[in-house]
Amino acid sequence: MSTTSVLGGSVRRREDPALIRGKGRFVDDIKLAGTTHVAFVRSPFAHAKINSIDASAAMEMEGVIAIYTADDVRHLGLLLAQVAIGRLRPLLADGVVKHAGEAVAMVVAENRYLAQDAADAVEVDYEPMKAIVDIKEAASDKAMVHEELESNTLITWEAGPWGNEEGIAATKEKIAEAKKRDDIVTVSMEMKNQRLIPTAIEPRAVIADWNDGYGRMTVYSSTQIPHALAGAIAKTFGLAANAVDVIAPEVGGGFGAKLNVYADEMLVSFASMQLGRPVKYTESRRESPYNTIQGRGWVATATITGTKDGEVLAFELDGLADMGAYTQNFTVAIPFLGTFVGSGQYKFPTHWKIGCVTTHTMTTDAYRGAGRPEAIYYLERILDAYAREIEMDLAEVKLKNFIPESDFPGAVAPIGFQFDTGAYQTNLKALTDSAEYSELKSLRDKARAEGRHVGLGLSSYVEVCGFGPSALSGLGFSWTTYGLPSAFSGSGLVRINGDASVTVIIGTGPSGQGHETTWAQLVAGQLGIDYEKVRVTHGNTAESPMGIGTFGSRSAAVDGAASYEAALKVKAKAAQIAAHILEASADDIEFSDGSAHVAGSPDKSVSWEDIVTSAYHPHMLPEGMEGGLEAHSVFSPANATWPFGAHAALVEVDPETGFTQLLRYVTMDDCGNVISPMIVDGQIHGGLAQGISQAMFEDAIYDEEGNLLTSSLVDYPLPTAQDLPSFNLSRTVTPSDVNPLGVKGIGEAGTIGSAQTVVNAAVDALYDLGVRHIDMPLRSRRVWQAIQDARS
Amino acid sequence: MFPRKFDYVAPSSLDETVDALKGAGFAKVMSGGMSLLPLMKLRLVSPELVVDIGRIPGLDQISEEGDMLTIGALVRHYQTAGSEKVPAALAAAAAYTGDVQVRNRGTTVGAVVHGDLAADQPAAVLALGGVIVVQGPNGVREIPATDFFVDTLTTAIEPDEVATAIKVPKGGSSAYDKLGRRGGHTDYAVAGAAAWVKKDNGNITECRVALTGVAGRPTLAEGTAEAMVGTDGSAGAIAEAASKAADGVSVLEDLYGSEEYKAHLATVYAKRALTLALNE
Ligand SMILES: Cc1cc2nc3c(=O)[nH]c(=O)nc-3n(C[C@H](O)[C@H](O)[C@H](O)COP(=O)(O)OP(=O)(O)OC[C@H]3O[C@@H](n4cnc5c(N)ncnc54)[C@H](O)[C@@H]3O)c2cc1C
Repeated sequence: MSTTSVLGGSVRRREDPALIRGKGRFVDDIKLAGTTHVAFVRSPFAHAKINSIDASAAMEMEGVIAIYTADDVRHLGLLLAQVAIGRLRPLLADGVVKHAGEAVAMVVAENRYLAQDAADAVEVDYEPMKAIVDIKEAASDKAMVHEELESNTLITWEAGPWGNEEGIAATKEKIAEAKKRDDIVTVSMEMKNQRLIPTAIEPRAVIADWNDGYGRMTVYSSTQIPHALAGAIAKTFGLAANAVDVIAPEVGGGFGAKLNVYADEMLVSFASMQLGRPVKYTESRRESPYNTIQGRGWVATATITGTKDGEVLAFELDGLADMGAYTQNFTVAIPFLGTFVGSGQYKFPTHWKIGCVTTHTMTTDAYRGAGRPEAIYYLERILDAYAREIEMDLAEVKLKNFIPESDFPGAVAPIGFQFDTGAYQTNLKALTDSAEYSELKSLRDKARAEGRHVGLGLSSYVEVCGFGPSALSGLGFSWTTYGLPSAFSGSGLVRINGDASVTVIIGTGPSGQGHETTWAQLVAGQLGIDYEKVRVTHGNTAESPMGIGTFGSRSAAVDGAASYEAALKVKAKAAQIAAHILEASADDIEFSDGSAHVAGSPDKSVSWEDIVTSAYHPHMLPEGMEGGLEAHSVFSPANATWPFGAHAALVEVDPETGFTQLLRYVTMDDCGNVISPMIVDGQIHGGLAQGISQAMFEDAIYDEEGNLLTSSLVDYPLPTAQDLPSFNLSRTVTPSDVNPLGVKGIGEAGTIGSAQTVVNAAVDALYDLGVRHIDMPLRSRRVWQAIQDARS
Repeated sequence: MFPRKFDYVAPSSLDETVDALKGAGFAKVMSGGMSLLPLMKLRLVSPELVVDIGRIPGLDQISEEGDMLTIGALVRHYQTAGSEKVPAALAAAAAYTGDVQVRNRGTTVGAVVHGDLAADQPAAVLALGGVIVVQGPNGVREIPATDFFVDTLTTAIEPDEVATAIKVPKGGSSAYDKLGRRGGHTDYAVAGAAAWVKKDNGNITECRVALTGVAGRPTLAEGTAEAMVGTDGSAGAIAEAASKAADGVSVLEDLYGSEEYKAHLATVYAKRALTLALNE
């Protein structure tokens, strides 16, 4: 392996053998002696007054240790949230419930079965009240979700403040001129971006173990943000930050749903302090949608005004996003994150306005893409509609409106944010000029000639990720409310052990992304040490450097860069030691194959083992050099990263039933440099599955009373491998200039790029029948109905 | 997902099974457990006693007797799907049930006794004119499929009876087709139809079409069957007959379809199943 390249090869994920063989250790696998178990009493109503709670019969039941209600935990305050706009969540419902499934009481018992039995026996006298479920109804403010708030609209994010006033005036003038020439087309559609239930394979689980001998709390949690959780627990219970150790062992998927601090994490901590025993709560699959955040849930009208030859003059988005009843970690910030990519890859003036509305439903927050899939969905759907309206090829329209490549690096989006690097024309053309794309076209044309309804969808996207710049901490990109006034920097510690094996300790909280593989590749490549000798550990706040967690496709670009720089520091010191041993100049030392060599003198070399021996025997070191061989780095990028790409899909619709099938899917993503190609492809695969699933299958449906009708996987269809075609992936490479690795992030790109690609394809398949739009998911009934409506 | 407390027995014969059921309060027979266990975990069903028939020898056979085919109570979906002896409608319905894991554990008899309104195999058994063989304290009785499906998740078996087999007549040709919830054949049916036809001298002499996912239970599309008899089974005749599939059926709306859509799908799948059956 070269010592200078930061790029790795496609190695197999070292995480997989344990996971495949059932040897992975998840929170629920951890069994501490004396553990007690929790079940929650949950409200069957979306909005109700709690007249009384009678737990006396339940308290008498076998194995019941304690039952807690709001009266017991009110003194701990509300659940902390990073962006605290709106009504924060009480740890247990306090006199009133605001969404179905809200926890009203917590039962602690000797085992989970007895806890559940007792929870069923707690009698709660509810007085149901009218629930506000529909976001438009909520936004009308005719009735309040929370009496103490002045409006159900908690905040409205408007892109204006970052827009360009002069530009807006110029736009108005351009529109007026185009009108005069009768060269103007306006396309406008209201579209839904439905609510989704993030469904990690491992539901959330937490164990709190308070030890009053040590005065220390140890919490095991299935979380993406161990340090933030430790901070939140310390703050809630008045403990010092170093008195709380959070351990996130294997985390079985998160997708943003575990990028949150949860009431159950505070409640088990409370109970453990009360009872002096470990307290465990493992969410059941059925309660997960009531207990763990949901995502998306927007209704918005997208409007494009442009000329008849494809010059877009203005794009506007005006809509509402459903926040649910209580605000948690980033709830109201999610639509704000959408504004970053509100004008996409384009240079046209954009105006964005999204109201964040509270309703009597479960909280929403970050779900893979978090605001960006919604933003790109609206923009790319309406652009497709505009291209069809003016009968111009969508790719042509895009090329005409893209920000030119000469503006990069550092182009500024019309909505106000500055990009890192970009090459949108090159990327789109790489897709549309490819053999795969031509094949999609010919397959479509051939099928159409046979009378089949086959459609080709195209879309492109830009994403923002890799948070992030320290200067953004004022915008909420920090863990200040959790008592950690830290920017979203990355950190990594690289230690050469006595046997010249390497331990890398990172501050991220991976949930399946393969950091142990990728980071080992990065560090091994720098040090010229065999990849197999590098171990990467994470997830224990007592041992790892201060870390922000894993979310927002940030880990490689920020924490990866930190580990890389820590490796460089170690390497620089090792070079000095090697130079001392070899009586050469440190500048001439190169590392490869487990040794340091003097450039140009292949016979002069010293092994890492000998370097380490010197490092840990200070008398063998150069005069004045400190012993040891490890280094810590903190990396704070100058900007976020901005990946982009273009996707194409081929779908077939059976117009008799509405059944829509995805036949082919082709991608051309650009995430900058690629460290581990197989892992990047895996991230795209998973991202595509979730984006396609939003387009085709998933839908969190509440009835008018606020009951969640899709709380079971029987009624919340998730895709399986057999529902998806095999994906055809390619990439262009435009390295980022804001981190030393040139990487951008790929965790969410698949999701951000795909939903609208599939819908564009379905509309293409049915355009001749008069169908102009179908709201997601493209379930058979909905597609069939769209055809009927277009016919009548 | 934590069931209430229950007792468990695993008898080694059908007689022992009947004895276990007789003595018990609220007892449930378990064969593959693919529907019973989720309901127990959700606490929607909380039996005091689970009688697991999974260890009774001899129930996992598909056997022929005269012009009847017998499918034992422990024949799994994958066996039904893969057997050449099984009429095409039932084999397809079994093949389209759930996923690999479910097909490896769930039983055809269990699926029929369970009687979910969107299940696949009940419709096939109904179209084929099958009977369900049950054993109880008063001995063995056979219940025709036409009398068996009472309502959603309610069938004519008594709580103290165990189903030992289903029997379906051989002969004729049949087919099953469905629209799954995720499209295609995957998952429970949004709607589906099983068709069985007998032809003599180029003319259809007997026909049954059964719908699933459309009404509260698997339901015969009688208008369609009547209209088919006497025709030559041409595409035109099928289309004409299939258009009557939802006539007289009380169609139910659910998350996957409006009444109008489901009634429409009844006609589409009656047509598709008949077409497949006539080309078998
Ligand atoms: C993930 C998943 C997907 C599924 N998808 C589909 C699908 O696409 N299509 C479909 O039709 N079904 C589907 N099912 C349902 C499933 O296939 C059947 O309902 C199930 O296999 C029934 O058979 P069983 O042997 O597992 O019955 P069990 O679960 O053991 O029992 C079901 C019910 O029948 C009773 N019972 C079972 N056997 C007997 C007997 N011999 N005598 C008396 N009573 C008995 C039980 O008491 C219980 O009430 C799915 C299930 C799962 C878990």
